[in-house]
Amino acid sequence: MIAIDLIQSTAETLMDKAAIEIPDDYLAGLKAAAAAEDGDLSSFVLQAMLENYEAAKEDRRAMCGDTGTPRWYVKMGNETVIEGGPVALEAALRRATANATNGVPLRPNRVHPLWRTDHDNNVGIGAPEIEYGYEPGGEWIDLITVHKGGLFGTDYRMLFPSDGIQGIKRFFLDSLVAFGKRGLACQPAIIGIGLGGCKDTCMVLGKRAACLRTVGDRNSDPRIAAMEEEFTQLGNSIGMGAMGFVGKSMVIDTHIEVGYCHTGGMQMSVHAFCLSSRRAVARVFPDGRVEYRTDPDWFTDYQRRETVEWQMPKGHEKSA
Amino acid sequence: MANAKGPREIRLSTTPDADALAQLRLGDIVYLDGLMYTAREGVYIRALEDKANIPLDLPGQSAANFHCSPAARINPDGSFEMGAITATASFRFAKWLPEWLAKTGTKLVIGKGGMSSKDYKSYFVPNGAIYLSTVGYGTGALLGRGIERVESVHWQEELGLAQAMWLIRCRKMGPFIVASDGDGNCLFERENERISRNLAEVYEGTRPATLKRFGETDDKSDELI
Ligand code: SF4
Repeated sequence: MIAIDLIQSTAETLMDKAAIEIPDDYLAGLKAAAAAEDGDLSSFVLQAMLENYEAAKEDRRAMCGDTGTPRWYVKMGNETVIEGGPVALEAALRRATANATNGVPLRPNRVHPLWRTDHDNNVGIGAPEIEYGYEPGGEWIDLITVHKGGLFGTDYRMLFPSDGIQGIKRFFLDSLVAFGKRGLACQPAIIGIGLGGCKDTCMVLGKRAACLRTVGDRNSDPRIAAMEEEFTQLGNSIGMGAMGFVGKSMVIDTHIEVGYCHTGGMQMSVHAFCLSSRRAVARVFPDGRVEYRTDPDWFTDYQRRETVEWQMPKGHEKSA
Repeated sequence: MANAKGPREIRLSTTPDADALAQLRLGDIVYLDGLMYTAREGVYIRALEDKANIPLDLPGQSAANFHCSPAARINPDGSFEMGAITATASFRFAKWLPEWLAKTGTKLVIGKGGMSSKDYKSYFVPNGAIYLSTVGYGTGALLGRGIERVESVHWQEELGLAQAMWLIRCRKMGPFIVASDGDGNCLFERENERISRNLAEVYEGTRPATLKRFGETDDKSDELI
């Protein structure tokens, strides 16, 4: 059984880490973009960003004054037991969110959509979101916090099979050009694309593709992996860089996730995980061990399974 | 951050005189010294629509309006803790800014994304005001380092921490980019125009979506199929 106090204290540490420490994979991606950038103003902006990450870590202050909308992805092994059960778990994550908002401090962003009520702690109806996933085997729990920013940089569109890859490219470009102007998407970003599913799951897939995969990670389907690379190049060929200035750093990486959809449609969503690509992960074990990391490792073979029954693919026998 | 062929860097007061403003060019990098205040929709509505008295002397104390909500807390002893500050998108405030600039004598509007050259020409230039954009937008920690002291916060009970009016004493706060000039030219429009020239080539071969949306046609009697 995993102790609930340990879950809460780990979750508080994660809130702090996510807000302050830029993940290494994104940092390496941004450094590569900065080295390749030749637009004057874009280069200046990227340089300032790199200094900003250093300042955040040195001073232990939030890298961005806008906290985005902190949320939780929780993954459990099939044998995981939590002290107090799922209700206690959700309460612990809500408490951790509220405590860290005051502690770091983070900006209290969350308000009621109509009455604009602000609890000054990023907690309210449906906030923070908590989403779940499961893996065969294991007694651990993975706590993943993502502080995704941006009112801009996300869009959905119903495409059809006849729109094809060229239609997907068009909507990809439309989204980048629209949200990239004046840098409203805070690019260069990790672009997540959801294809298929239903309207709601298409949005969920795209957001997870942006937030729960690391820079350099490729989809396990080689043809989708090739698209990811092609789309990154396409995005960087627009001629737009950081803040919408002339440049070539728009996309740090592209991640595409698919879900089976209605035979007549081809839903598509686009999400930009901004310059403050904030995510932090910890695996908590029943014996009290906590392992911190920045790779959510969400999209395992199990999460992408296609068959009725689950069978571990050959050569993948390591426990997830 | 200075590099040989990079943009020009300038120190500027938050109560700048006309000469200091006149020397600013699009794309210059600015660092600010002095007192700045935060104001966004909550403050504008309260001051302009509800006609509440503005709790400080503008522009005497400050002529710099930051469109932001800081990541801050008020400690039990009444002191403040402010970590990072990041601008919010300014175009949403166009409704109130003409009246606000005229009423408060604000000379520097600092925010995210800028306004249009139409806005600049119609009410920035006549009020002698300039727009400064934060850099990269996500540089909250760097800007946080430019906070010398949080002097006070007003209207936090009425508006909440995020919408309240914060008074921030800054020392070399920045970097900011000059996004409008004395003639009302717009840095972002200049960049957009340069980028647009390349777009036809990038889009070549892509396919417009089969299902249209309103916005792609403005005729509401059109069928969107
Ligand atoms: S989009 Fe990201 S980097 Fe930009 S202001 Fe929001 S949280 Fe900060």
